[in-house]
Amino acid sequence: MEISQIATIAGKEFRDRIRNRWVLAVALIFTAFALVIAYFGAAQQGAVGFRSIEVTIASLVSLVIYLIPLIALVLGFDAIVGERERGSLDLLLSMPLTRGELLLGKYLGLAAALTFASIAGFGLVALVLSPQLDLAALFHYFGFMTSSVLLGCAFLSLAVMLSVFATDRTRASGLAIAMWFFFVLVFDLLLLGALVVSGGQWGGDVFPYLLLLNPADVFRILNIFSLEDVRTLYGLATVFPPALARPWLLGLVMVGWIVAPLAVATWRFCK
Amino acid sequence: MTDTSSAPNKANSPVASTGEAVILARGVHKHYGAIKAVDGVDLEVRGGELFGLIGHNGAGKSTLFKMMLGLTAATAGEIRIGGTLVNGGDFRAVRRTVGYLPENVVLYDNLSGLETLHFFSRLKGVASHLGAAALARVGLADAAQRRVGDYSKGMRQRLGFAQALLGSPRILFLDEPTNGLDPEAIRSFYAILRQLQSEGVTMVISSHILAEIQERVDRLAIMAAGRVQASGTVQALREEMDLPLHFTVKVAPADIAAVQAALGQLPVSAIKAAAEQVTVHCRREAKMAVIEALARLDGRVLDLTVREPSLEDLFFGFSD
Repeated sequence: MEISQIATIAGKEFRDRIRNRWVLAVALIFTAFALVIAYFGAAQQGAVGFRSIEVTIASLVSLVIYLIPLIALVLGFDAIVGERERGSLDLLLSMPLTRGELLLGKYLGLAAALTFASIAGFGLVALVLSPQLDLAALFHYFGFMTSSVLLGCAFLSLAVMLSVFATDRTRASGLAIAMWFFFVLVFDLLLLGALVVSGGQWGGDVFPYLLLLNPADVFRILNIFSLEDVRTLYGLATVFPPALARPWLLGLVMVGWIVAPLAVATWRFCK
Repeated sequence: MTDTSSAPNKANSPVASTGEAVILARGVHKHYGAIKAVDGVDLEVRGGELFGLIGHNGAGKSTLFKMMLGLTAATAGEIRIGGTLVNGGDFRAVRRTVGYLPENVVLYDNLSGLETLHFFSRLKGVASHLGAAALARVGLADAAQRRVGDYSKGMRQRLGFAQALLGSPRILFLDEPTNGLDPEAIRSFYAILRQLQSEGVTMVISSHILAEIQERVDRLAIMAAGRVQASGTVQALREEMDLPLHFTVKVAPADIAAVQAALGQLPVSAIKAAAEQVTVHCRREAKMAVIEALARLDGRVLDLTVREPSLEDLFFGFSD
């Protein structure tokens, strides 16, 4: 693999998202939502203003778990199929460039755009809140930002995989939406449904491991277990063994969710 | 397949072919299930020549083009450029010597012309400042900073050509290169090709506009049903196909019968009379006899045109 070729493709993808203001738009969305949640998250309890980093992160997790997968899937679903459908793929592949380098360059460029938007958006909120945060709170918030980036990269990896398998953009977008529904809305319901139907007899032992099969759940657990105050608020936390909830281990699982779809995509694209 | 190779047909060819095979395809097949897109092609393109590839839609020329570029792997057979396998371990070295202008070139609307060439320069590993020179060569210097999205179809085609010229490639693959170009741009395009040929660049060109390439290519291959049906110079293919010559004789309406009578004595076919002209087809060996018969008509012939079989005639002759 030639790093310079990967960097050229990645650089173009990243610059494209800067120029068309995609990064700016996403960063502003993250900033706006995070600020609203931080200051008005407790409005239902009759209080307005920043209360604690735990409550803020817990609210942000609930938002991000829907928003980031959707943004990542929209960003990456046509990475390859779009080039193929427009007719520009052949020209790119006629360059001194392997298919693997093209795919990786595309992914890294898009991941850089998503990471930049996430860090800029949530980082701005951290700056605004910093007078009210101590070092431990800032550390928790940094952990939340990192896990958000990993969540985005995992779903982006899935989106790029879809873009390799799909025969046209329409199908790729349909598959991306289906994937979002499955991981964000349906997966947990299926697991809980299986537990309830079997009266807790089936799957209790493997339940924590099954949660690792969904990057959105890994993100949720990663954030919940880092916050003492909110851990008890989540029912799922009670069935998840602390030994399995180590941040480095869950971080590795997230990295796996990034690498595995990319590996499948590379295999298919180079075939 | 017929291979009718002789001297290049262009009298004004700026440089003679080196005779050395630069592109070599041997027993190339490409099958998609039961469909044989390319079915046993053997082809040789020599250094410094302008080689034409013609065929109906679906004849297999685009697939062959893609295989020659290494974009599609052959089901069987091999293709070498400069002696190196196009899909082998040295594919990068091969591609750095190659320029490609795809049919209906699609570039990035959000980039300017110059930015587009900078992007492809980096991928090809050539200095970015060469982009400006390439733009100037295709007449787009004034539009260098404009967004490609604002380019006309002809300008996009020229930008695609500039992209193909980056890095001074030794071999150019041009797929329907004059699509969308106006007559003046077509003339400048072929002027650039002549200049490149004088620099020893080998070019493979495919086109549907047969009249446009028949006077310009050194040799060509006619493809049909995934096979090369014939290859060689246009003149050699004419001789091999032995298609009739077309005579158009302009006469006064009162003299049409006399001309028909004079030509009726000769081994000619398809004598047709219209208001002020008679057309006749004859074999090459009867050409002088026809001219002599017309000369004996004591000035009643007002004008005479003799047309060789066109590339289109040859194309239909071989592909049918």
